[in-house]
Amino acid sequence: MSLIKTKNLTFEYIRRDDEGNVEGITKAVDDVNLDIKQGDFITILGHNGSGKSTLAKHLNAILYPTEGTVWVDGKDTNEDEYLWDIRQTAGMVFQNPDNQIIGQVVEEDVGFGPENMGVATKEIWERVEESLKAVGMYEFRKHSPNKLSGGQKQRVSIAGVIAMHPKCIILDEPTAMLDPKGRKEVIRAVRALNDVEKVTVILITHYMEEAIYSDRIFVMDKGSIVMQGTPKQVFSQVEQLKELRLDVPQATLLAYELQKAGVKLEDGILSKEGLVEALCRL
Amino acid sequence: MPIIVHHLSHEYGADTKLNTLALNDINLVIPDGQFVGLIGHTGSGKTTLIQHLDALLEPKSGTVYLDGEDIFEKDYDRQKLRAAMGLVFQYPEHQLFETTVFADVCFGPKNLGLDKKEVELRAYDALKLVGLEDEVFYQSPFDLSGGQKRRVAIAGVLAMQPKVLILDEPTAGLDPKGRDEILDCINILHHKKDMTVILVSHSMEDVAKYVDRIIVMNKGKVFLDGSPKDVFAHYKELEEIGLAAPEVTYIMNELAAKGLPVSTEATTLEEAKEEILRALNSRR
Repeated sequence: MSLIKTKNLTFEYIRRDDEGNVEGITKAVDDVNLDIKQGDFITILGHNGSGKSTLAKHLNAILYPTEGTVWVDGKDTNEDEYLWDIRQTAGMVFQNPDNQIIGQVVEEDVGFGPENMGVATKEIWERVEESLKAVGMYEFRKHSPNKLSGGQKQRVSIAGVIAMHPKCIILDEPTAMLDPKGRKEVIRAVRALNDVEKVTVILITHYMEEAIYSDRIFVMDKGSIVMQGTPKQVFSQVEQLKELRLDVPQATLLAYELQKAGVKLEDGILSKEGLVEALCRL
Repeated sequence: MPIIVHHLSHEYGADTKLNTLALNDINLVIPDGQFVGLIGHTGSGKTTLIQHLDALLEPKSGTVYLDGEDIFEKDYDRQKLRAAMGLVFQYPEHQLFETTVFADVCFGPKNLGLDKKEVELRAYDALKLVGLEDEVFYQSPFDLSGGQKRRVAIAGVLAMQPKVLILDEPTAGLDPKGRDEILDCINILHHKKDMTVILVSHSMEDVAKYVDRIIVMNKGKVFLDGSPKDVFAHYKELEEIGLAAPEVTYIMNELAAKGLPVSTEATTLEEAKEEILRALNSRR
């Protein structure tokens, strides 16, 4: 069944000058129709300013549509009475880990969400434990978040969201500020949540390599969804992605360049393993 | 005007119980006109090192020589140093503040005490160098895209006409095209102006593609130092310290292990493609 659904979702900003006069109107999201099922792993790609983050903020009622409707687990985000249900259903992780951690100790930070929901103390601790284990940060539960690396902090942020038992987790460029190891750790944790806990994942990223694990990719441009499909389908369109200021994974690009030079490879190779295998079969 | 880093050490919280040695006896010589990539995991000391090059931090011991002069000498002219070293911080667009792009870029040279004409000339040149068109000059910098804003911020530093350009993760958070645009622009500057460039980056692909030399930091020390080929040949050690090699390095190593006669030296996509084609053709 569909967990998140949008119908003709449109969002407009009114731009004003210093005196408050209206300068113009920007359509940040333009007529987007999505249908995301429970347990899906979705990636949203798009250049800076294409509307990805604005779209994501509609999925847990941080922003409300100017036109159209968003349903999260069947609830219309425009209805105030559902606000807290929606925020609990769809949790969000942002780019900068330092802006999201408030606790002095890792386990207190993770417990903050469920505590605010009025969960019983004993259950809070159970949730903290299972969430930290799910992201591989349990051994750091007594540490100060200040002393963690970026990747570790980001995993604590994710644990804080999953402690609220959301059905869906939205990650807005969670790896943009991390080093290669931190990026790997975060993506591994996210994939495990999706595989094992069946949490629906919506990942926004500029790293094409991170998108290859998803069930479906949506590509945005000027507020609209301009391409969608499986990673294989989307990343086969190398030229079109480049026009949209995007890229494809390195292995895909290398395969594409080799194809152009006359090597007979199939379309849509995504991983280095796939490319190595295909080349060895020749 | 080489930069010489001589037995440089830095300690945070030196007089507390939480002291950490962020730089531990660093020795480097960076000759004029070199394009250097500085890599290392978060907390390895990269940013601390570059802050010393601009004398924003004082060393615990050791020093930095610029043009043969000790920059931590008491009577050393810090203003001259700051004019020579163009430092672009992470997320430099957060430092934009003026009402127009042009005014923002003028701010730096104006503070050097130059006359108005010279200031405007420099600002114009700098904006052209980063590839911004005239029509954005009088727009508010806040109305631009992320990549454009970052280029305005870099232009602000270039307008100071530095001899050395130091960039701390200039592409973080940009889309792939924006990444390429910034790096191509830096590469052109490096060639056109013969500028020394020090690029701090987490993207091994970018580093492999552009730089002459890679310095790898780990735990406040220089872990590896050499050409991209030399450094990425140690990809297993790089992984142990939280880094990685470019994807193509892994692909080439895998192919070689599976018996395709390729050299594993390639670090860029172009090189990998040529090498695979060569190996495939030689087999026929």
